[in-house]
Amino acid sequence: MENHSIIQIQNLTKIFPMGKSDFTALNNVTLAFQQGEFAGLIGPSGSGKTTLLNIIGSLDTPTKGTVEILGHSIGNLSAKQAANLRKEKLGFIFQSYNLLAVHTVYENVEFPLLLLKLNATLRKKMILEALEWVGLTDKVDSKPPQLSGGECQRVAIARAMVKKPVMVLADEPTANLDAANSHHILQTMLKLNQELKTTFLFATHDEKVINYLKRRIYLIDGKIDKDILVDH
Amino acid sequence: MKIAIKLAYRNLLGAGLRTWLNVVVLSFTFVVIIWMKGIMVGWDYQAKTDTSNWQIGGGQYWHQQYDPFDPFTFSESHAQIPETFNENIANGDLEPSLIVAGNIYPQGRMQSIAIIGINPKQNVLLLPTQKLDTFINAIPAIIGLSTAKNLKLKKGDFTTIRWRDSKGMFDASEICIVDLFSCNVPAVEAGKIYIPLAVLQKMTGMENEATILTFRKNKMDQQKVDDWVLKTNEDLTKSIDEMIKTKTFGQSVFYGILLLLSMLAIYDTQVLSIFRRQKEIGTYIALGYTRTQVIGLFTVEGAMYSILAALVSAVYGIPFLMWQAKVGWTLPVDASEFGMAMAQTLYPVYSALLVISTVLFVVLITTVVSYWPSRKIGKMNPTEALRGKIQ
Repeated sequence: MENHSIIQIQNLTKIFPMGKSDFTALNNVTLAFQQGEFAGLIGPSGSGKTTLLNIIGSLDTPTKGTVEILGHSIGNLSAKQAANLRKEKLGFIFQSYNLLAVHTVYENVEFPLLLLKLNATLRKKMILEALEWVGLTDKVDSKPPQLSGGECQRVAIARAMVKKPVMVLADEPTANLDAANSHHILQTMLKLNQELKTTFLFATHDEKVINYLKRRIYLIDGKIDKDILVDH
Repeated sequence: MKIAIKLAYRNLLGAGLRTWLNVVVLSFTFVVIIWMKGIMVGWDYQAKTDTSNWQIGGGQYWHQQYDPFDPFTFSESHAQIPETFNENIANGDLEPSLIVAGNIYPQGRMQSIAIIGINPKQNVLLLPTQKLDTFINAIPAIIGLSTAKNLKLKKGDFTTIRWRDSKGMFDASEICIVDLFSCNVPAVEAGKIYIPLAVLQKMTGMENEATILTFRKNKMDQQKVDDWVLKTNEDLTKSIDEMIKTKTFGQSVFYGILLLLSMLAIYDTQVLSIFRRQKEIGTYIALGYTRTQVIGLFTVEGAMYSILAALVSAVYGIPFLMWQAKVGWTLPVDASEFGMAMAQTLYPVYSALLVISTVLFVVLITTVVSYWPSRKIGKMNPTEALRGKIQ
């Protein structure tokens, strides 16, 4: 089973200095994820789920232990190698969407493709396809301030998915959405997971999200409390 | 870099009024710097041209004792005009002048003056010496307007001058002011009266002698002659270059302040931008930018203010600068009292080099000023930036 893992985490510990003392955000975590999983890190605030997501996303590094993503050891990557990993293989969805406010929907979704230096024709095809997935083809020229929260999050999903990454990391993606929008977003992501075999990893404590997850990893005080596979 | 330029352009246009305020301030800086530099170049050009036309022609031979700043040398600084120049003088390409220290007595007051003998038929210089070619019962003389004002003399006035002849004996005679001339070169008129050369040579017993030989531009082989020192046009206008250089330095303080204010606006915008756009910075990093690339993006954004400003300047600056080159800038006070070769109206002269160097200079400064606060991004923790938590 381990040979097919796209993420392998061994004895991961993350400690943040807090003034004169230290705060242990993750304590000896060992985990593995397979291609195509729809999994979530679940726990209250301060349980370490966002920290774990950030380390998996190569935005942060472990204090101890090893984290291998698609064969790359996160602790040993240079800034450029880490940026390349994020650029080519990973997609991010954030709680507050993090869209570029002065850019149009089209330009927001185009950004990851610009970084990959794809030509304009291919970019256009991929952007329209991604907007089709999230049902926003009629909003290409709108700017984020003109969109609702649900629409903004759908743009963020399109931006994360447009380059067809191996894995999407979603940090509290429904925290700012109402129930209807949350279900819409989650159904979209589930559909993309099934159709494109993209791995989705959530950090959440929202029951609506938890209900959709096929694997639920509960974290308490930086440690794995439960790791449950759910048969929907 | 191409992506950074594209993104920076979108970000700037998207920022709306904030961008255009900076751009307008910076464009004003562009236009003012180019205009002020143009005025200095124009002044330099005008001062040199006027000095050549009114005072030094294409260059001069000075008697080796002659020092224009020491009137006591005048009594010794004269000699026979070398025969080698006879042909040039006959052709009108070389004009001898004799300079003698003397006094003038307008309304009974005594004032020191330099009496300059010059050929009334000369046309190497713009001095209206043809007015000296007249018959009246006094020595005909011309003086500059400011000298006339100082001496309280006007056209048609008679007064007395006194001088020493070649043997040191005092003599005096009456002169008549036959014309007043206006000139931008103070050295031509300040404390000087011009009378016919032959008359002065006769008055002083210095037949066929001269102090200065002024030659026409591009009409003389600049040969060395014993007892005479060749002063080229470049030698004689060097002091103008030095004066302009001094004035340019003083002026650069002014546009340095202007540039500083514009740069403060850019710097402020950058600092505010980095503070307000932390989430955006974090997002760039999450999507695959390195921190160095984000610094590059913010620096390009800052530098782009100057590019946009250059374009905006072109819209209103080109017509303004062209209009100024045509009508000039008239000084609000009387320029003749400044004691330097300066016209009342200065016409700015702009060269491609002046415009390009100014634009490049401002772009470079803006880039540096934009880069400076952007370096903070290099120390940002992307996970905190994503949440906008950095203070």
